[in-house]
Amino acid sequence: MAEESVLTDDFLRELINVGQVDVLIGIPTYNDAETVGQVVQTLRAGLLRYFPRHRAVIINADGGSKDATQDLVRAASISDLQHGPNLHTLRTLHCISTQYPGGPARGTALHTILAASDLLRASCCAVISADSSNFQAEWIESLLRPVCHDNFDLVTPVYRRHKFDGLLVRNLLYPMTRAIYSRRIREPYPAEFAFSGRLAGHFLAQDIWSQDVGRAGTEFYFTISAITGGFRVAQSFMGDKPHTERAAPDLVPAMRRTAGVLFWSLDQNFSVWNSNMDSQPVPTIGPEHEISLEPLRVSRKRLHQMFVRGVAELTPVLKSILSTDTLAELERAAAVSEDDFCYSNESWVRTIYEFAAAYHKSVISRDHIVQALVPLYRGRAHTFLAENREVSADEVESNVETLCLTFERMKPNLLSMWDGGK
Amino acid sequence: MWDTIVGELIQATRETWHGVLHFLPRLMGMLVVVLLGWLIAYLLKSVLRSILRLARFDRLSEHWGASELLNKAALPSSSELLSRFVFWIAWLGFILVGVRALEIVGLQEPIAKFFGFLPRLFAALFVFFFGLLAASFFSRAALLAAVNADLPSPRLVSTTIRTLIIIFSMSVGFEELGLGEHTVLVAFAIVFGALMLGLALAFGLGGRDLARRYLERRFVRERKEEKEDELSPL
Repeated sequence: MAEESVLTDDFLRELINVGQVDVLIGIPTYNDAETVGQVVQTLRAGLLRYFPRHRAVIINADGGSKDATQDLVRAASISDLQHGPNLHTLRTLHCISTQYPGGPARGTALHTILAASDLLRASCCAVISADSSNFQAEWIESLLRPVCHDNFDLVTPVYRRHKFDGLLVRNLLYPMTRAIYSRRIREPYPAEFAFSGRLAGHFLAQDIWSQDVGRAGTEFYFTISAITGGFRVAQSFMGDKPHTERAAPDLVPAMRRTAGVLFWSLDQNFSVWNSNMDSQPVPTIGPEHEISLEPLRVSRKRLHQMFVRGVAELTPVLKSILSTDTLAELERAAAVSEDDFCYSNESWVRTIYEFAAAYHKSVISRDHIVQALVPLYRGRAHTFLAENREVSADEVESNVETLCLTFERMKPNLLSMWDGGK
Repeated sequence: MWDTIVGELIQATRETWHGVLHFLPRLMGMLVVVLLGWLIAYLLKSVLRSILRLARFDRLSEHWGASELLNKAALPSSSELLSRFVFWIAWLGFILVGVRALEIVGLQEPIAKFFGFLPRLFAALFVFFFGLLAASFFSRAALLAAVNADLPSPRLVSTTIRTLIIIFSMSVGFEELGLGEHTVLVAFAIVFGALMLGLALAFGLGGRDLARRYLERRFVRERKEEKEDELSPL
């Protein structure tokens, strides 16, 4: 079986000692010594407060940390709780820390957690990010309750985000996932999420673990698999998501595990998405969206410069990906001054769909196609920042909704390009 | 006297006629071999073209960047080019077999040499073709990496990598063909050495700040906090 290779003998022995559980919480870590202790403490408090009757286990899947992350997890799992004296468990709360082979990869960590949940027959599971600096005990309830009590198979989070946080999610992942797979999931690439044992078993059986998507961007494909597999999906409001959290200074790996995974998924699920047209909302516990507006110092000039330079330098690469009209449009946009610069919704969506079609046809190396999208995303981010600089939260939401509708309206373009020309 | 002349003439005519009669079947044989060769080469070309189309060789070639190179050189698609190449090599082989059947003494050795040369020609073309593909792939990878890392002169980096790989594959190809082995090798060593020295000097003198910034970004964690508000894309 697939999970046999990912579970080491020692880990397997520890799991067998635990026996069957109701709730399993996975924490993927890699050099998270700064935050992991607090996360484990809060997690224990959450489980004791909200699920005292459940047999629970916390599984820490570590990618080979060199900063004593695993020691801190073990220490936090046996230390006294700081979250109130009235927390008592009716069952033993187990905590196991294991190091998976192959170096740090969130996909392998998820694989380890899923394999453990399958072995322990856990009915409700959750994955919590170890770098969540503002993780709260209530998050456990928000995520797990719909799975444990309402029979949902996947619960993704909804965060209160700053209007300029998660630009790639707002400009590409959410609108395109919504247009393609017809489900309005705000955070399709979640850092924290809960899922049923049924969905864990379904995803574990997929033939992805030896591929790139099985190492990076796996959580995103997990969401897509839940939608395409017809599982019950819900969203749960979690509260603030700090904008510095999970900041990825290098956009290329971020683009690989988001746009790369999304484009790759189109090939796998063509029969599912080619007939879906209108998007449907998913049940949401709490507000569907909340946007904070505090001032943030952002350099738009650099984004513009990198877009202009990218279009100029990558013309030979973009020629093989984009249609003549789209490329000409980008060149025109790159030729105007920063103040007049605009990468419109239509132009952005056309670009993305042409990239997706080029990826499907492998017109050049697929990884090169994904990399070539990075400077164009910077241009789009510039326009998003400029458009939403001095607007209210509702207007930001309205602008995101307009972009989503543009993705949905232009979906037939992607279908016509899929097996036809550019 | 007259009889002798007539006899000699008849003898000469008879010998010529004999020669012609002796040569004609070989000529006919050659023509048959050449025609048959054309037919076989044509069939080979058609079969290979179909196989390559079924195997989506053009897409593979596009994927590796070979199609781009062929377009620039106004050449047909990769599958068409390969099919035509096989056609000409096969037909040329048959032509030479036909010529050999004529048993013209002076041509035997060059023909044998040509057949001996064919495997080396194939090996050289193979090396050169894959050299071009590698040059295209790695130069594009370098261009993208340089643009996304906001490094100066990405096209220069990309072109340099492409040129180096092409020169390298050409030198290996020529060596395989046995053409100017030492000249090409020495020329390559000089060009490569000069380039490396130039790059070493350029990076050493001009790239100190860049190297410092890179090392700081790579190894000094505190730099992260000093940045302008970093926007998380996710």
